[in-house]
Amino acid sequence: MSDRLAVRKTYKLYVNGAFPRSESGRTYEVTDARGAFLANAAWASRKDARDAVVAARGAFGKWSRATAYNRGQVLYRVAEVMEGRHAQFCEEVAAGEGVSSGRARAVVDAAIDRWVWYAGWTDKLAAVLGSANPVAGPFFDFSLPEPTGVVAVLAPQRSSLLGLVSVLAPVLAGGNTAVVVTSHRRPLPAVTLGEVLATSDVPGGVVNLLTGDAGEIGPWLAEHDDVDAIDLTGAPADRALELERLAAGSIKRVVRPPAEEPDWTADPGTSRMTPFLETKTVWHPKGV
Amino acid sequence: MTHVLDPGTLAAGTRPTPGSGAALDDVTRSDAALRAFLHGLPGVDQVGAEQRAATLGTRSIKTTAKAWAIDTAISMVDLTTLEGADTPGKVRSLAAKARRPDPTDLTAPPVAAVCVYGDLAGVAREALAGTGIHVAAVATAFPSGRASREVKLADVRDAVANGADEIDMVIDRGAFLAGRYLEVFEEIVAVKEACGSAHLKVILETGELVTLDNARRASWLAMLAGGDFIKTSTGKISPAATLPVCLVMLEAVRDFRAATGTQVGVKPAGGIRTTKDAVKHLVMVNETVGADWLSPDWFRFGASSLLNDLLLQRQKLRTGHYSGPDHVSVD
Repeated sequence: MSDRLAVRKTYKLYVNGAFPRSESGRTYEVTDARGAFLANAAWASRKDARDAVVAARGAFGKWSRATAYNRGQVLYRVAEVMEGRHAQFCEEVAAGEGVSSGRARAVVDAAIDRWVWYAGWTDKLAAVLGSANPVAGPFFDFSLPEPTGVVAVLAPQRSSLLGLVSVLAPVLAGGNTAVVVTSHRRPLPAVTLGEVLATSDVPGGVVNLLTGDAGEIGPWLAEHDDVDAIDLTGAPADRALELERLAAGSIKRVVRPPAEEPDWTADPGTSRMTPFLETKTVWHPKGV
Repeated sequence: MTHVLDPGTLAAGTRPTPGSGAALDDVTRSDAALRAFLHGLPGVDQVGAEQRAATLGTRSIKTTAKAWAIDTAISMVDLTTLEGADTPGKVRSLAAKARRPDPTDLTAPPVAAVCVYGDLAGVAREALAGTGIHVAAVATAFPSGRASREVKLADVRDAVANGADEIDMVIDRGAFLAGRYLEVFEEIVAVKEACGSAHLKVILETGELVTLDNARRASWLAMLAGGDFIKTSTGKISPAATLPVCLVMLEAVRDFRAATGTQVGVKPAGGIRTTKDAVKHLVMVNETVGADWLSPDWFRFGASSLLNDLLLQRQKLRTGHYSGPDHVSVD
């Protein structure tokens, strides 16, 4: 090894397709599992969350109206770019979660496979969740899933990549846009995912990644009138009920946090997509 | 940069006494005199103006001061719709919004005026009867101003007859840029006369005047001709109202009052969309011309989407959580 000076990184947020600093100017140190310095991350404030919601609302129209086929292509492209960053993801997962490099590789593989799996779901949701309903009258009657809107996601605190992908990809597959608060202690895979998203075909604002404290930003997102749903998976255990109560003020869809962070390698099924889909039923008179 | 105009420079040898415009009568006696006066105005330091505007824009306005600023800004809004697709129904719904901007909160103040095209002024007048909200109409071949003077004056008379009590006229930018200042001056005087008792706002369209020097000259020209308000833009040209332009115009009205004793209002219009922009303008008004201008009688915002943002911020202050565009009406 040469005695080259280390390049110490200070990462930023990913909001509206750009990488801004936190409005508050705050950063915090990210350490590896043993406490050694890894990088500085931006510490998002409530105003960053507010800006992210505005960005997500702005991006919702285009993303939700894109054809399911097109959305699938765009999401698959994300998986391709993730594959190109494979080694970087492995390093960050190994350092942050304190697992062996072999185990980290398996986690990154699983995360990319999970993303591909959800990319494939975009044009199958309508067939699986929609229906042609028999009705007692001269009508065609269809029920179709439509995206809920802007979804706030409090990402899992322990599984920093596979967990993140497992909560974010299903939100996007349905056509929603997302504001994600990443794992507080292990934000680096999320930061890299932001760089992946910025260099793939996902329009700016569809995904907004805030590194910071879910306990601090969560209440603002839960109360925000322009957020349509909130996934509390990464909420602090003792605050989940309070967040759910705040979310009720604007009648959000709420996904409650599991008692224990689940094993993310298990087959996810459709249970993380359906909470963020609304059913629209259309009655159409049969022609004469 | 923020000098007060030395009255000694106004007209050679004559020193005007505050409270009378007499000394300035002289400068409009001929095209040459008017040109000499307008070109004799001190030049604007553009870099300085931009820096000053940027510095004032960094003031942090919070809590009770912010609440005051939001309510003041709402009461200063000229709620505007100037589309080819305007209908009586749209004007009526805008008037309803002007009377009660936030139906969920009756403490929100009404706006200052509704601004429409002249043919719809009657609809607006009817819908706003008894509210004290003014009806402003754009006239004089808005927005280009390219029509003969007879047509422009007929346009003004028609709008006034329809019930407008404020007229927003555009100056002839072509004549101004060609240096035919007296022509522009006489046109404003003629329009002012056609207005009768209606207030006259003179739109300078600073985006087409290009330089801040021109903005200062046009401001003086409009004030000399008897405009009650000077307004930045039509909103149809970009750039519209910017902070440096507004600063120059505020300095002009300040200097004009110092020289003549007559107070003239300022209305930035176009491009002001957020509460933050509006608050920056209010800070600049207070710091440049003082609290005398911090009232709807002397300062207005020409805007359509600004009001919704002000209401969202107001709701945020009231409820403590962020509101969304679903909670304000779509114009």
